[in-house]
Amino acid sequence: MTVVLDVLSWACILLGSFFTFVGAFGLVRMPDVFTRMHAASVTDTLGVGFLILGMGLQAGLSLVTLKLVFLLALFFFTGPVVTHALAQACLHEKIRPMLTEDRRGRDRAAAAGRTDGRQP
Amino acid sequence: MFTAAAAAILVALALAITRAIKGPTVFDRVLAGNTVGTLAIMLLAVFGFLTGRPEFLDIGLTYGLLNLIGTLAVLKFFRYGDLAHDTDMERRS
Repeated sequence: MTVVLDVLSWACILLGSFFTFVGAFGLVRMPDVFTRMHAASVTDTLGVGFLILGMGLQAGLSLVTLKLVFLLALFFFTGPVVTHALAQACLHEKIRPMLTEDRRGRDRAAAAGRTDGRQP
Repeated sequence: MFTAAAAAILVALALAITRAIKGPTVFDRVLAGNTVGTLAIMLLAVFGFLTGRPEFLDIGLTYGLLNLIGTLAVLKFFRYGDLAHDTDMERRS
């Protein structure tokens, strides 16, 4: 039983290390800030998730696992908040995303008909 | 096995710092800073397991909370040029 748990946790930790590295690699290689945000979120979700799962399997049921779960929950909620705030700030600064078809203008035109004063 | 994870996280940290130095806009630097924070938390956790002292997780939790607040504060500062910006006050004056 312990061997199975060990192999599972090692596989999770190796996968987490791989995704952490891939996310950081994308952070350097991607062409503009929005695509870099996409690469960084790989580190925030899959990398951290697999690493914490592997460490939790290694620690067993204890206070340490509870702290790891709290850490995972923290990443689960703060990651989207930070990414959203960053994307909003980029768009506010008029940084144009690299798109083959820019559909934002069409959405804005459709929203202009609305009179509730909400920003699209 | 934790050694391999720590090595991968250290390499990822180096790549994130490269982006923080190179980044053309301030948002690239903020993104890289946030990633550095995430990787530092994971490095703390892995290092705790590596040395058999998982108490490092408490420091990691604290650092995670500070990371969120720090990133949002920097973004707010670069949008308004002021951390104590109040939109209601601006509308009244």
